[in-house]
Amino acid sequence: MAGGAATGGSSTSDTYAEARTWLLLPAWVTLGILVLAPVAIMLVYSFLTKEFRGGVIWEFSLGAYDQFFCSRGLFGDEPCSIEWTYIQIFWRSIWQAGAATLLSLVIGFPTAYFIATRPPRQRTLWVFLVTIPYWVNLLIRTVSMKFLLRDEGPLNDFLTGIGLLNEPLAIVNTNFAVQLGLFYSYLPFMVLPIYAAVERYNFALSEAASDLYAPRWTVLRRILLPSVKPGIVAGCILVFVPSLGSFLAPDLLGGARNFMIGSLIEEQFKGNAGNWPFGAAASMILLTMVLIILLIFARQQAKAES
Amino acid sequence: MTSKTNDAIEVRNAVKRYGDFTALKKVSLTISDNEFFTLLGPSGCGKTTLLRMIAGFEDVTEGGIFLFGEEIEGLPPHKRPINTVFQNYALFPHMNVLDNVGFGLEMLGKSKSEARARAGEVLEMVQLTQFSARKPSQLSGGQQQRVALARALAPRPKVLLLDEPLSALDLKLRKAMQIELKHLQKETGITFIFVTHDQEEALTMSDRVAVMSAGEVQQLGDAREIYERPRNMFVADFIGETNLIEVTVDRIDAGRAACHLGGGHRLTCDAVDGIGAGASVHMSLRPERLFLSSAPTEGESLKARVRENIFIGTDISTILDLDDGPEFRVRASNSSRGTSRVFEPGTEVFVNMEQGAARLLMD
Repeated sequence: MAGGAATGGSSTSDTYAEARTWLLLPAWVTLGILVLAPVAIMLVYSFLTKEFRGGVIWEFSLGAYDQFFCSRGLFGDEPCSIEWTYIQIFWRSIWQAGAATLLSLVIGFPTAYFIATRPPRQRTLWVFLVTIPYWVNLLIRTVSMKFLLRDEGPLNDFLTGIGLLNEPLAIVNTNFAVQLGLFYSYLPFMVLPIYAAVERYNFALSEAASDLYAPRWTVLRRILLPSVKPGIVAGCILVFVPSLGSFLAPDLLGGARNFMIGSLIEEQFKGNAGNWPFGAAASMILLTMVLIILLIFARQQAKAES
Repeated sequence: MTSKTNDAIEVRNAVKRYGDFTALKKVSLTISDNEFFTLLGPSGCGKTTLLRMIAGFEDVTEGGIFLFGEEIEGLPPHKRPINTVFQNYALFPHMNVLDNVGFGLEMLGKSKSEARARAGEVLEMVQLTQFSARKPSQLSGGQQQRVALARALAPRPKVLLLDEPLSALDLKLRKAMQIELKHLQKETGITFIFVTHDQEEALTMSDRVAVMSAGEVQQLGDAREIYERPRNMFVADFIGETNLIEVTVDRIDAGRAACHLGGGHRLTCDAVDGIGAGASVHMSLRPERLFLSSAPTEGESLKARVRENIFIGTDISTILDLDDGPEFRVRASNSSRGTSRVFEPGTEVFVNMEQGAARLLMD
């Protein structure tokens, strides 16, 4: 992100060197305050000692990371063996976010394709419709989702009403409910980049492929999908990353058993029970993981380009 | 598929409607095997629609399309042994040149290595072997054009459709490609159906040309026929430069029509079926079939005054005013024989006609 602002053209002349410095200043200040400073504060806090009623003691400590990765027995005096609790929470989070991303892709791609293939004047309307739920607060939407899905909710009433089910289907407090919540929360982030890519796609390529004896599915797989892949990758990242750190959907729809990273971190900063360094450390580990995933994507993209 | 007839393509009473708009009005034509056939017309005349119907991208509202006697209407594009060279090439951007060219063969069930071998052969034919590993974006417009051509030829289609394939190239390259396409067609023996709005291109390359306008075929014939014996106003005006003069037919006598035009000038020319005495029609006079002289000659001639001479390289074009009559253009080639017939502005001259220079046109 920072790189995009810094590499402003490779002019050989230095005529604008001074002007460039000043013109880029707002970008640097914004990035500094909104990106670098918070991450730096978090990084520092993750290496401090916890204070029992929340907050920190300014004393260097690896305790937060030790707590995350090491199990040292009931009294904390045994040698380090791997602590699975948090790794499990992370693993579940990745799995949940991945499932939500896949669900978004399966629903989002046809939606985006549908919108992009409407007449130009209709497309704006469809895009507008996709974004309408986002005018409502996420918390309210997630609570509404819970209301819809619960045992006595409209969905179960309908399913039992038409005789499809004898007993209401327990959806709330399952992994699936969390995936559904995440999917609903971030679907437009999947639809919009794919829509943009499909809209730019030259449909003459599909015609050329079918002219060269490719059946419909082959056209989709060999020509359309590779052409709109950047949009798909962008959509997947935009859904996966916020899903991974989300705490509203897992808290409200998943219940205590379907705890995710977001909730774990949230707990550390809430009330007196918190552990700020541990929360900061968990955040740093999450951030590192996300960066690694993005790097892998970026490298693959670069490899595909060359 | 067994060949039942020698006609590669037959279009039978094909109609194409989009809602209230009729893009094609009952078009019928047959295109023989091994023919270089051109659909020529201004934009919106329905030529591309017809091509897309043959390819299978558009369905036919009424009528039918036959490939070697077999109905192909209703078959999707990928089931027709017909390939297309698209206007903007439509090369697959994520595949290299070799894979682009091999794509059709691969889809026909050839193994990847087999497809690549044949793709290599075709690339050699269009002299692009050294670019096999490049992506389309790394090629010039002319090279992309050749790749598109190679890609469409590689599966050895029965008919090749070309949708204004040369329109994006500059003049010199376009001229070179015209000749090359013509040779390629003879070499491969594949029926080419070429769509263009460029009349010169059409005349240069085609065995036969169908001149289209407003969703109808106006005239179908070889280049000479269309240029020298245009059937109606549209064809005469669209193909080449011509003088279109309003005339009235006085009488028809032994296959010759005696006509008069404004200012009391008289002319005779070959009679045309369907135009009788008393008809008010247009006459086409090709500028290069007219010549000027200071004294009247034995044949048909009209008295006129030179207004302006325009130098256009190979030719010199003279604009003349007929006494009380319409304006005229005459072309003389820029050679010693031609320039002896160029006169200074203001000079009184006679406009003379070569045999068959004048032709009556239906509206």
